[in-house]
Amino acid sequence: MSEKQRALEALARAQWRLALGLTAAMMAIYFGFTLLVAWAKPLLARQLVPGLSLGILLGALVIVSAWALIWVYVRWANSHYDATVASLREPRS
Amino acid sequence: VTGSLGGAHPAAVAWFLLFVAATLGITWWAARRTRSAEHFYTAGRSVTGLQNGLALAGDYMSAASFLGIAGLVALSGFDGLIYSIGFLVGWPVVMFLVAEPLRNLGRYTFADVVAYRLRQVPVRIAAAFGTLAVVTFYLIAQMVGAGNLIKLLFGIRYETAIVAVGVVMMAYVLFGGMLATTWVQIVKAALLIGGAFVLGFGAMVIVGPDGIRAIDKGGNMAAPLLAEAVGGTGFLGFIAAVAFATILAVVAGLTLSGAAALSHDVWVNVVRGGEAPEREQLVVARAATLLGGVASVALGIVFKGENVAYMVGLAFAIAASANFPALVLSIFWKPFTTRGAQASMIVGTVSALLLIFLSPTIQEGVLGRASAPFPLRNPGLVTIPLAFVVGMAVSLLWPEREAAERFAEVQRRVHLGPETDES
Repeated sequence: MSEKQRALEALARAQWRLALGLTAAMMAIYFGFTLLVAWAKPLLARQLVPGLSLGILLGALVIVSAWALIWVYVRWANSHYDATVASLREPRS
Repeated sequence: VTGSLGGAHPAAVAWFLLFVAATLGITWWAARRTRSAEHFYTAGRSVTGLQNGLALAGDYMSAASFLGIAGLVALSGFDGLIYSIGFLVGWPVVMFLVAEPLRNLGRYTFADVVAYRLRQVPVRIAAAFGTLAVVTFYLIAQMVGAGNLIKLLFGIRYETAIVAVGVVMMAYVLFGGMLATTWVQIVKAALLIGGAFVLGFGAMVIVGPDGIRAIDKGGNMAAPLLAEAVGGTGFLGFIAAVAFATILAVVAGLTLSGAAALSHDVWVNVVRGGEAPEREQLVVARAATLLGGVASVALGIVFKGENVAYMVGLAFAIAASANFPALVLSIFWKPFTTRGAQASMIVGTVSALLLIFLSPTIQEGVLGRASAPFPLRNPGLVTIPLAFVVGMAVSLLWPEREAAERFAEVQRRVHLGPETDES
Protein backbone atom coordinates (compact mmCIF):
# COMPACT_ATOMS: atom_id res chain seq x y z
CA MET A 1 0.00 0.00 0.00
CA SER A 2 2.58 2.56 1.07
CA GLU A 3 4.94 1.67 -1.78
CA LYS A 4 2.09 2.00 -4.24
CA GLN A 5 1.10 5.28 -2.62
CA ARG A 6 4.63 6.58 -3.04
CA ALA A 7 4.71 5.54 -6.68
CA LEU A 8 1.42 7.34 -7.30
CA GLU A 9 2.65 10.48 -5.63
CA ALA A 10 5.89 10.44 -7.60
CA LEU A 11 3.86 10.07 -10.79
CA ALA A 12 1.61 12.97 -9.81
CA ARG A 13 4.65 15.15 -9.17
CA ALA A 14 6.17 14.18 -12.53
CA GLN A 15 2.93 15.04 -14.31
CA TRP A 16 2.79 18.41 -12.60
CA ARG A 17 6.45 19.22 -13.37
CA LEU A 18 6.01 18.41 -17.05
CA ALA A 19 2.76 20.39 -17.31
CA LEU A 20 4.32 23.45 -15.64
CA GLY A 21 7.50 23.18 -17.72
CA LEU A 22 5.60 23.00 -21.01
CA THR A 23 3.34 25.87 -19.94
CA ALA A 24 6.38 27.99 -19.10
CA ALA A 25 7.90 27.17 -22.51
CA MET A 26 4.70 28.18 -24.32
CA MET A 27 4.46 31.42 -22.34
CA ALA A 28 8.11 32.28 -23.03
CA ILE A 29 7.64 31.73 -26.77
CA TYR A 30 4.39 33.68 -27.01
CA PHE A 31 5.38 36.63 -24.85
CA GLY A 32 8.83 36.68 -26.47
CA PHE A 33 7.11 37.07 -29.83
CA THR A 34 4.76 39.73 -28.44
CA LEU A 35 7.68 41.71 -26.99
CA LEU A 36 9.45 41.58 -30.35
CA VAL A 37 6.29 42.91 -31.99
CA ALA A 38 6.20 45.74 -29.44
CA TRP A 39 9.85 46.78 -29.47
CA ALA A 40 11.63 45.36 -32.50
CA LYS A 41 9.36 46.31 -35.36
CA PRO A 42 12.18 47.13 -37.84
CA LEU A 43 13.73 43.70 -37.19
CA LEU A 44 10.44 41.86 -37.77
CA ALA A 45 9.74 43.92 -40.87
CA ARG A 46 12.91 42.65 -42.59
CA GLN A 47 11.97 40.74 -45.72
CA LEU A 48 13.58 37.31 -45.88
CA VAL A 49 12.31 36.73 -49.38
CA PRO A 50 10.03 39.24 -51.10
CA GLY A 51 6.57 38.96 -49.49
CA LEU A 52 7.76 37.00 -46.44
CA SER A 53 8.93 39.12 -43.50
CA LEU A 54 10.68 37.76 -40.43
CA GLY A 55 7.52 38.66 -38.44
CA ILE A 56 5.25 36.41 -40.48
CA LEU A 57 7.76 33.56 -40.32
CA LEU A 58 8.12 33.86 -36.52
CA GLY A 59 4.33 34.08 -36.14
CA ALA A 60 3.97 30.82 -38.05
CA LEU A 61 6.74 29.29 -35.93
CA VAL A 62 4.84 30.21 -32.73
CA ILE A 63 1.95 28.10 -34.06
CA VAL A 64 4.29 25.24 -34.98
CA SER A 65 5.93 25.38 -31.54
CA ALA A 66 2.49 25.08 -29.89
CA TRP A 67 1.91 21.86 -31.84
CA ALA A 68 5.37 20.59 -30.92
CA LEU A 69 4.82 21.17 -27.18
CA ILE A 70 1.45 19.40 -27.32
CA TRP A 71 3.09 16.51 -29.13
CA VAL A 72 5.64 16.21 -26.31
CA TYR A 73 2.87 16.06 -23.68
CA VAL A 74 0.67 13.64 -25.58
CA ARG A 75 3.60 11.31 -26.18
CA TRP A 76 4.50 11.31 -22.49
CA ALA A 77 0.88 10.85 -21.39
CA ASN A 78 0.22 7.98 -23.80
CA SER A 79 3.46 6.08 -23.31
CA HIS A 80 4.20 6.72 -19.66
CA TYR A 81 1.45 8.37 -17.60
CA ASP A 82 -1.61 6.33 -18.60
CA ALA A 83 0.42 3.11 -18.60
CA THR A 84 1.77 3.71 -15.10
CA VAL A 85 -1.62 4.64 -13.66
CA ALA A 86 -3.09 1.52 -15.25
CA SER A 87 -0.37 -0.75 -13.87
CA LEU A 88 -0.78 0.71 -10.36
CA ARG A 89 -4.49 0.10 -10.58
CA GLU A 90 -4.06 -3.64 -11.12
CA PRO A 91 -5.83 -5.70 -8.44
CA ARG A 92 -3.53 -6.44 -5.51
CA SER A 93 -4.20 -10.19 -5.25
CA VAL B 1 -13.36 43.50 -58.07
CA THR B 2 -16.59 43.30 -56.10
CA GLY B 3 -18.64 41.19 -58.53
CA SER B 4 -22.40 41.41 -58.59
CA LEU B 5 -22.70 41.71 -54.83
CA GLY B 6 -25.89 42.83 -53.23
CA GLY B 7 -28.13 40.74 -55.50
CA ALA B 8 -28.95 37.06 -55.35
CA HIS B 9 -26.61 34.57 -57.07
CA PRO B 10 -28.52 31.55 -58.43
CA ALA B 11 -25.51 29.19 -58.62
CA ALA B 12 -24.30 30.20 -55.19
CA VAL B 13 -27.76 29.85 -53.71
CA ALA B 14 -28.11 26.36 -55.23
CA TRP B 15 -24.84 25.15 -53.72
CA PHE B 16 -25.77 26.73 -50.45
CA LEU B 17 -29.17 25.05 -50.25
CA LEU B 18 -27.62 21.68 -51.17
CA PHE B 19 -25.12 21.93 -48.33
CA VAL B 20 -27.68 23.07 -45.79
CA ALA B 21 -30.00 20.25 -46.87
CA ALA B 22 -27.16 17.77 -46.30
CA THR B 23 -26.54 19.05 -42.77
CA LEU B 24 -30.25 19.00 -42.01
CA GLY B 25 -30.22 15.38 -43.22
CA ILE B 26 -27.57 14.64 -40.62
CA THR B 27 -29.71 16.39 -38.04
CA TRP B 28 -32.72 14.28 -38.93
CA TRP B 29 -30.61 11.13 -38.70
CA ALA B 30 -29.31 12.28 -35.31
CA ALA B 31 -32.76 13.25 -34.06
CA ARG B 32 -33.88 9.64 -34.37
CA ARG B 33 -31.05 8.71 -32.03
CA THR B 34 -31.65 11.44 -29.45
CA ARG B 35 -33.82 9.57 -26.99
CA SER B 36 -32.65 10.71 -23.59
CA ALA B 37 -31.22 13.79 -21.93
CA GLU B 38 -27.82 12.12 -22.02
CA HIS B 39 -28.11 11.70 -25.79
CA PHE B 40 -29.14 15.32 -26.12
CA TYR B 41 -26.12 16.68 -24.23
CA THR B 42 -23.34 14.19 -24.82
CA ALA B 43 -24.44 12.12 -27.81
CA GLY B 44 -24.91 9.16 -25.44
CA ARG B 45 -21.11 9.11 -24.84
CA SER B 46 -20.75 7.45 -28.25
CA VAL B 47 -18.23 9.96 -29.64
CA THR B 48 -14.61 8.73 -29.85
CA GLY B 49 -11.53 10.74 -28.97
CA LEU B 50 -10.54 11.42 -32.57
CA GLN B 51 -14.09 12.37 -33.58
CA ASN B 52 -14.27 14.67 -30.59
CA GLY B 53 -10.92 16.24 -31.48
CA LEU B 54 -12.09 16.97 -35.02
CA ALA B 55 -15.35 18.38 -33.70
CA LEU B 56 -13.46 20.68 -31.31
CA ALA B 57 -11.22 21.78 -34.17
CA GLY B 58 -14.43 22.47 -36.07
CA ASP B 59 -15.69 24.54 -33.18
CA TYR B 60 -12.66 26.77 -33.39
CA MET B 61 -12.81 26.97 -37.16
CA SER B 62 -16.00 28.78 -36.33
CA ALA B 63 -17.27 32.03 -37.71
CA ALA B 64 -14.42 33.52 -35.65
CA SER B 65 -11.52 32.08 -37.57
CA PHE B 66 -13.09 31.43 -40.93
CA LEU B 67 -14.86 34.76 -41.34
CA GLY B 68 -13.46 36.98 -38.59
CA ILE B 69 -9.75 36.21 -38.70
CA ALA B 70 -9.71 36.08 -42.48
CA GLY B 71 -11.37 39.51 -42.36
CA LEU B 72 -8.92 40.92 -39.82
CA VAL B 73 -5.93 39.65 -41.79
CA ALA B 74 -7.40 41.06 -44.98
CA LEU B 75 -8.04 44.49 -43.44
CA SER B 76 -5.06 44.80 -41.08
CA GLY B 77 -2.46 42.31 -42.41
CA PHE B 78 0.16 41.37 -39.83
CA ASP B 79 -1.91 42.74 -36.90
CA GLY B 80 -4.66 40.25 -37.77
CA LEU B 81 -2.11 37.43 -37.68
CA ILE B 82 -0.93 38.49 -34.19
CA TYR B 83 -4.55 38.52 -32.96
CA SER B 84 -5.13 34.99 -34.21
CA ILE B 85 -1.94 33.62 -32.63
CA GLY B 86 -3.22 34.72 -29.22
CA PHE B 87 -6.27 32.47 -29.62
CA LEU B 88 -4.13 29.50 -30.56
CA VAL B 89 -1.58 29.81 -27.77
CA GLY B 90 -4.33 29.38 -25.16
CA TRP B 91 -4.94 25.81 -26.29
CA PRO B 92 -1.65 24.17 -25.26
CA VAL B 93 -1.85 25.85 -21.86
CA VAL B 94 -5.39 24.57 -21.33
CA MET B 95 -4.18 21.15 -22.44
CA PHE B 96 -1.30 21.08 -19.93
CA LEU B 97 -2.93 22.62 -16.87
CA VAL B 98 -6.69 22.11 -17.09
CA ALA B 99 -7.65 19.34 -19.53
CA GLU B 100 -5.94 16.48 -17.72
CA PRO B 101 -7.33 17.42 -14.26
CA LEU B 102 -10.83 17.73 -15.74
CA ARG B 103 -10.61 14.37 -17.48
CA ASN B 104 -9.39 12.77 -14.28
CA LEU B 105 -12.13 14.34 -12.18
CA GLY B 106 -14.58 12.70 -14.57
CA ARG B 107 -17.18 15.47 -14.31
CA TYR B 108 -19.70 16.66 -16.80
CA THR B 109 -20.13 20.45 -16.79
CA PHE B 110 -18.02 23.34 -15.56
CA ALA B 111 -20.28 23.67 -12.52
CA ASP B 112 -19.82 19.97 -11.65
CA VAL B 113 -16.07 20.56 -11.43
CA VAL B 114 -16.21 23.75 -9.37
CA ALA B 115 -18.85 22.31 -7.04
CA TYR B 116 -16.93 19.06 -6.52
CA ARG B 117 -15.78 19.88 -2.97
CA LEU B 118 -18.10 22.85 -2.36
CA ARG B 119 -21.82 23.18 -1.65
CA GLN B 120 -23.65 22.27 -4.86
CA VAL B 121 -26.63 24.57 -5.13
CA PRO B 122 -25.09 28.05 -4.60
CA VAL B 123 -22.19 27.21 -6.92
CA ARG B 124 -24.52 25.97 -9.64
CA ILE B 125 -26.67 29.09 -9.62
CA ALA B 126 -23.65 31.38 -9.94
CA ALA B 127 -22.08 29.16 -12.62
CA ALA B 128 -25.25 29.03 -14.70
CA PHE B 129 -25.39 32.82 -14.59
CA GLY B 130 -21.84 33.12 -15.98
CA THR B 131 -22.37 30.39 -18.57
CA LEU B 132 -25.46 32.10 -19.94
CA ALA B 133 -23.62 35.43 -20.32
CA VAL B 134 -20.78 33.72 -22.19
CA VAL B 135 -23.06 31.71 -24.44
CA THR B 136 -25.06 34.80 -25.32
CA PHE B 137 -22.02 36.76 -26.48
CA TYR B 138 -20.62 33.84 -28.42
CA LEU B 139 -24.01 33.42 -30.06
CA ILE B 140 -24.07 37.08 -31.06
CA ALA B 141 -20.76 36.63 -32.87
CA GLN B 142 -22.11 33.69 -34.84
CA MET B 143 -25.34 35.54 -35.62
CA VAL B 144 -23.46 38.57 -36.96
CA GLY B 145 -21.41 36.26 -39.21
CA ALA B 146 -24.44 34.33 -40.43
CA GLY B 147 -26.51 37.47 -40.96
CA ASN B 148 -23.83 39.04 -43.17
CA LEU B 149 -23.44 35.82 -45.11
CA ILE B 150 -27.14 35.45 -45.88
CA LYS B 151 -27.37 39.13 -46.72
CA LEU B 152 -24.47 38.79 -49.19
CA LEU B 153 -25.78 35.60 -50.73
CA PHE B 154 -29.49 36.30 -51.05
CA GLY B 155 -29.34 40.09 -51.33
CA ILE B 156 -31.82 40.67 -48.48
CA ARG B 157 -31.66 43.11 -45.58
CA TYR B 158 -29.34 42.27 -42.68
CA GLU B 159 -32.17 42.31 -40.12
CA THR B 160 -34.34 39.95 -42.18
CA ALA B 161 -31.34 37.66 -42.65
CA ILE B 162 -30.71 37.51 -38.89
CA VAL B 163 -34.29 36.48 -38.14
CA ALA B 164 -34.22 33.77 -40.83
CA VAL B 165 -30.92 32.45 -39.52
CA GLY B 166 -32.29 32.38 -35.97
CA VAL B 167 -35.27 30.28 -37.01
CA VAL B 168 -33.16 27.72 -38.93
CA MET B 169 -30.71 27.44 -36.05
CA MET B 170 -33.34 26.83 -33.43
CA ALA B 171 -34.99 24.14 -35.53
CA TYR B 172 -31.63 22.50 -35.98
CA VAL B 173 -30.69 22.47 -32.28
CA LEU B 174 -34.13 21.45 -31.03
CA PHE B 175 -34.26 18.36 -33.21
CA GLY B 176 -30.62 17.42 -33.67
CA GLY B 177 -29.07 17.78 -30.23
CA MET B 178 -25.43 16.96 -29.60
CA LEU B 179 -24.98 14.08 -32.00
CA ALA B 180 -25.92 16.23 -34.99
CA THR B 181 -23.73 19.03 -33.70
CA THR B 182 -20.72 16.78 -33.38
CA TRP B 183 -21.17 15.21 -36.80
CA VAL B 184 -21.57 18.51 -38.58
CA GLN B 185 -18.42 19.72 -36.85
CA ILE B 186 -16.51 16.66 -38.04
CA VAL B 187 -17.63 17.09 -41.66
CA LYS B 188 -16.82 20.76 -41.60
CA ALA B 189 -13.41 20.52 -39.91
CA ALA B 190 -12.36 18.11 -42.63
CA LEU B 191 -13.46 20.69 -45.24
CA LEU B 192 -11.88 23.72 -43.64
CA ILE B 193 -8.53 22.81 -42.12
CA GLY B 194 -5.82 25.13 -43.30
CA GLY B 195 -7.97 27.82 -44.93
CA ALA B 196 -8.29 31.05 -42.99
CA PHE B 197 -4.92 32.82 -43.41
CA VAL B 198 -4.56 31.91 -47.06
CA LEU B 199 -8.04 33.23 -47.74
CA GLY B 200 -7.36 36.35 -45.66
CA PHE B 201 -4.12 37.38 -47.34
CA GLY B 202 -5.57 36.34 -50.68
CA ALA B 203 -8.65 38.51 -50.14
CA MET B 204 -6.46 41.49 -49.22
CA VAL B 205 -4.56 41.21 -52.51
CA ILE B 206 -7.34 40.18 -54.89
CA VAL B 207 -10.46 41.90 -53.52
CA GLY B 208 -8.77 44.76 -51.69
CA PRO B 209 -9.61 46.22 -48.24
CA ASP B 210 -12.01 48.80 -49.66
CA GLY B 211 -14.06 46.17 -51.48
CA ILE B 212 -14.30 44.13 -48.27
CA ARG B 213 -15.31 47.13 -46.15
CA ALA B 214 -17.93 48.12 -48.71
CA ILE B 215 -19.89 44.93 -47.96
CA ASP B 216 -19.42 44.82 -44.18
CA LYS B 217 -17.36 47.26 -42.13
CA GLY B 218 -16.34 44.51 -39.70
CA GLY B 219 -14.50 42.76 -42.56
CA ASN B 220 -16.34 39.49 -41.99
CA MET B 221 -17.02 38.78 -45.66
CA ALA B 222 -13.36 38.64 -46.81
CA ALA B 223 -13.28 34.87 -47.32
CA PRO B 224 -16.53 34.60 -49.30
CA LEU B 225 -15.55 37.60 -51.46
CA LEU B 226 -12.23 36.00 -52.32
CA ALA B 227 -14.03 32.79 -53.17
CA GLU B 228 -16.18 34.68 -55.65
CA ALA B 229 -13.25 36.55 -57.19
CA VAL B 230 -11.30 33.30 -57.66
CA GLY B 231 -13.89 30.68 -58.48
CA GLY B 232 -17.04 32.54 -59.52
CA THR B 233 -20.45 32.45 -57.90
CA GLY B 234 -20.53 28.64 -57.65
CA PHE B 235 -17.45 28.66 -55.46
CA LEU B 236 -18.88 31.59 -53.51
CA GLY B 237 -21.94 29.43 -52.78
CA PHE B 238 -19.77 26.52 -51.68
CA ILE B 239 -17.67 28.66 -49.31
CA ALA B 240 -20.76 30.44 -48.02
CA ALA B 241 -22.43 27.10 -47.36
CA VAL B 242 -19.39 25.78 -45.49
CA ALA B 243 -19.29 28.97 -43.46
CA PHE B 244 -22.99 28.74 -42.73
CA ALA B 245 -22.73 25.09 -41.70
CA THR B 246 -19.87 26.15 -39.46
CA ILE B 247 -21.98 28.77 -37.82
CA LEU B 248 -24.94 26.42 -37.49
CA ALA B 249 -22.85 23.78 -35.79
CA VAL B 250 -21.17 26.22 -33.44
CA VAL B 251 -24.48 27.78 -32.52
CA ALA B 252 -25.94 24.35 -31.90
CA GLY B 253 -23.08 23.50 -29.55
CA LEU B 254 -23.40 26.81 -27.75
CA THR B 255 -27.12 26.66 -27.38
CA LEU B 256 -26.69 23.18 -25.93
CA SER B 257 -24.25 24.52 -23.34
CA GLY B 258 -26.73 27.21 -22.41
CA ALA B 259 -29.57 24.73 -22.28
CA ALA B 260 -27.45 22.38 -20.18
CA ALA B 261 -26.63 25.17 -17.75
CA LEU B 262 -30.30 26.00 -17.34
CA SER B 263 -31.83 22.54 -17.23
CA HIS B 264 -29.00 20.42 -15.74
CA ASP B 265 -27.57 22.95 -13.30
CA VAL B 266 -30.47 25.21 -12.42
CA TRP B 267 -33.66 23.26 -13.04
CA VAL B 268 -32.71 19.76 -11.90
CA ASN B 269 -30.27 20.62 -9.11
CA VAL B 270 -31.72 23.85 -7.81
CA VAL B 271 -35.42 24.02 -8.58
CA ARG B 272 -36.15 20.29 -8.30
CA GLY B 273 -33.59 19.47 -5.61
CA GLY B 274 -31.57 16.96 -7.67
CA GLU B 275 -34.32 14.80 -9.18
CA ALA B 276 -36.38 15.46 -12.30
CA PRO B 277 -37.89 13.12 -14.90
CA GLU B 278 -35.94 12.94 -18.18
CA ARG B 279 -38.89 14.12 -20.22
CA GLU B 280 -39.17 17.22 -18.08
CA GLN B 281 -35.42 17.93 -18.42
CA LEU B 282 -35.71 17.78 -22.19
CA VAL B 283 -38.67 20.15 -22.14
CA VAL B 284 -36.71 22.64 -20.03
CA ALA B 285 -33.63 22.28 -22.24
CA ARG B 286 -35.71 22.97 -25.35
CA ALA B 287 -37.45 25.96 -23.78
CA ALA B 288 -34.02 27.34 -22.85
CA THR B 289 -32.93 26.83 -26.46
CA LEU B 290 -35.86 28.90 -27.72
CA LEU B 291 -35.15 31.66 -25.24
CA GLY B 292 -31.46 31.80 -26.20
CA GLY B 293 -32.35 31.88 -29.89
CA VAL B 294 -34.67 34.86 -29.54
CA ALA B 295 -32.14 36.76 -27.40
CA SER B 296 -29.31 36.17 -29.87
CA VAL B 297 -31.41 37.38 -32.84
CA ALA B 298 -32.15 40.63 -31.02
CA LEU B 299 -28.53 41.16 -29.97
CA GLY B 300 -27.24 40.15 -33.41
CA ILE B 301 -29.09 43.17 -34.79
CA VAL B 302 -27.60 45.46 -32.11
CA PHE B 303 -24.03 44.37 -32.91
CA LYS B 304 -24.33 44.74 -36.69
CA GLY B 305 -21.03 45.84 -38.25
CA GLU B 306 -18.66 44.37 -35.64
CA ASN B 307 -15.89 41.94 -36.55
CA VAL B 308 -16.79 38.38 -35.59
CA ALA B 309 -13.36 37.44 -34.22
CA TYR B 310 -13.46 40.50 -31.98
CA MET B 311 -16.95 39.54 -30.73
CA VAL B 312 -15.67 36.06 -29.91
CA GLY B 313 -12.84 37.75 -28.01
CA LEU B 314 -15.50 39.43 -25.85
CA ALA B 315 -17.18 36.09 -25.16
CA PHE B 316 -13.78 34.68 -24.17
CA ALA B 317 -13.17 37.63 -21.87
CA ILE B 318 -16.45 36.99 -20.03
CA ALA B 319 -15.69 33.27 -19.81
CA ALA B 320 -12.17 33.93 -18.56
CA SER B 321 -13.49 36.32 -15.89
CA ALA B 322 -16.54 34.27 -14.82
CA ASN B 323 -15.24 30.69 -15.02
CA PHE B 324 -11.48 30.53 -15.14
CA PRO B 325 -10.60 31.92 -11.67
CA ALA B 326 -13.23 29.74 -9.95
CA LEU B 327 -12.12 26.67 -11.91
CA VAL B 328 -8.43 27.13 -11.18
CA LEU B 329 -8.94 28.01 -7.51
CA SER B 330 -11.26 25.06 -6.88
CA ILE B 331 -8.77 22.58 -8.36
CA PHE B 332 -5.50 24.05 -7.09
CA TRP B 333 -6.14 26.30 -4.05
CA LYS B 334 -6.99 24.59 -0.77
CA PRO B 335 -8.67 27.48 1.14
CA PHE B 336 -11.23 28.06 -1.66
CA THR B 337 -14.84 28.12 -0.39
CA THR B 338 -18.40 28.10 -1.69
CA ARG B 339 -18.81 31.80 -0.99
CA GLY B 340 -15.49 32.53 -2.67
CA ALA B 341 -16.63 30.63 -5.78
CA GLN B 342 -19.95 32.47 -5.88
CA ALA B 343 -18.32 35.87 -5.40
CA SER B 344 -15.63 35.19 -8.01
CA MET B 345 -18.09 34.01 -10.66
CA ILE B 346 -20.63 36.77 -10.09
CA VAL B 347 -18.07 39.59 -9.86
CA GLY B 348 -16.27 38.23 -12.94
CA THR B 349 -19.44 38.08 -15.02
CA VAL B 350 -20.93 41.37 -13.91
CA SER B 351 -17.71 43.38 -14.14
CA ALA B 352 -16.96 42.00 -17.62
CA LEU B 353 -20.48 42.83 -18.84
CA LEU B 354 -20.35 46.29 -17.27
CA LEU B 355 -16.96 47.18 -18.76
CA ILE B 356 -18.08 45.96 -22.20
CA PHE B 357 -21.07 48.25 -21.86
CA LEU B 358 -18.79 51.17 -20.89
CA SER B 359 -16.25 50.40 -23.66
CA PRO B 360 -15.95 52.27 -26.96
CA THR B 361 -17.67 49.37 -28.77
CA ILE B 362 -21.03 50.08 -27.13
CA GLN B 363 -20.68 53.74 -26.12
CA GLU B 364 -19.28 55.01 -29.44
CA GLY B 365 -20.27 52.25 -31.85
CA VAL B 366 -23.84 51.48 -30.74
CA LEU B 367 -24.94 54.51 -28.70
CA GLY B 368 -23.05 57.06 -30.82
CA ARG B 369 -21.41 58.95 -27.93
CA ALA B 370 -18.21 60.95 -28.48
CA SER B 371 -16.11 59.07 -25.94
CA ALA B 372 -16.30 56.05 -23.63
CA PRO B 373 -15.66 55.97 -19.85
CA PHE B 374 -13.65 52.71 -20.13
CA PRO B 375 -10.88 52.88 -22.75
CA LEU B 376 -10.22 49.16 -23.47
CA ARG B 377 -12.33 47.28 -26.03
CA ASN B 378 -11.74 43.99 -24.22
CA PRO B 379 -12.26 43.98 -20.42
CA GLY B 380 -10.24 40.79 -19.62
CA LEU B 381 -7.09 42.60 -18.49
CA VAL B 382 -9.03 44.14 -15.58
CA THR B 383 -11.79 41.63 -14.84
CA ILE B 384 -9.81 38.34 -14.73
CA PRO B 385 -7.41 39.51 -11.96
CA LEU B 386 -10.40 41.12 -10.21
CA ALA B 387 -12.30 37.79 -10.12
CA PHE B 388 -9.21 36.03 -8.74
CA VAL B 389 -8.72 38.64 -6.01
CA VAL B 390 -12.40 38.65 -5.00
CA GLY B 391 -12.58 34.83 -4.91
CA MET B 392 -9.49 34.58 -2.73
CA ALA B 393 -10.41 37.45 -0.41
CA VAL B 394 -13.92 36.14 0.24
CA SER B 395 -12.57 32.61 0.85
CA LEU B 396 -10.08 33.87 3.42
CA LEU B 397 -12.66 36.07 5.18
CA TRP B 398 -15.23 33.25 5.50
CA PRO B 399 -13.34 29.93 5.70
CA GLU B 400 -15.16 26.63 5.04
CA ARG B 401 -13.73 23.62 6.83
CA GLU B 402 -15.40 20.85 4.80
CA ALA B 403 -14.14 22.33 1.51
CA ALA B 404 -10.56 22.38 2.77
CA GLU B 405 -10.88 18.85 4.17
CA ARG B 406 -11.94 17.46 0.82
CA PHE B 407 -9.04 19.12 -1.00
CA ALA B 408 -6.72 16.10 -0.63
CA GLU B 409 -9.30 13.94 -2.39
CA VAL B 410 -9.56 16.42 -5.26
CA GLN B 411 -5.77 16.49 -5.59
CA ARG B 412 -5.54 12.70 -5.77
CA ARG B 413 -8.22 12.52 -8.43
CA VAL B 414 -6.80 15.40 -10.43
CA HIS B 415 -3.54 13.55 -10.94
CA LEU B 416 -4.60 9.95 -11.01
CA GLY B 417 -8.27 9.62 -11.97
CA PRO B 418 -11.20 8.29 -9.95
CA GLU B 419 -10.51 4.56 -9.84
CA THR B 420 -7.44 4.73 -7.65
CA ASP B 421 -9.55 5.74 -4.65
CA GLU B 422 -10.06 2.26 -3.34
CA SER B 423 -6.36 1.36 -3.37
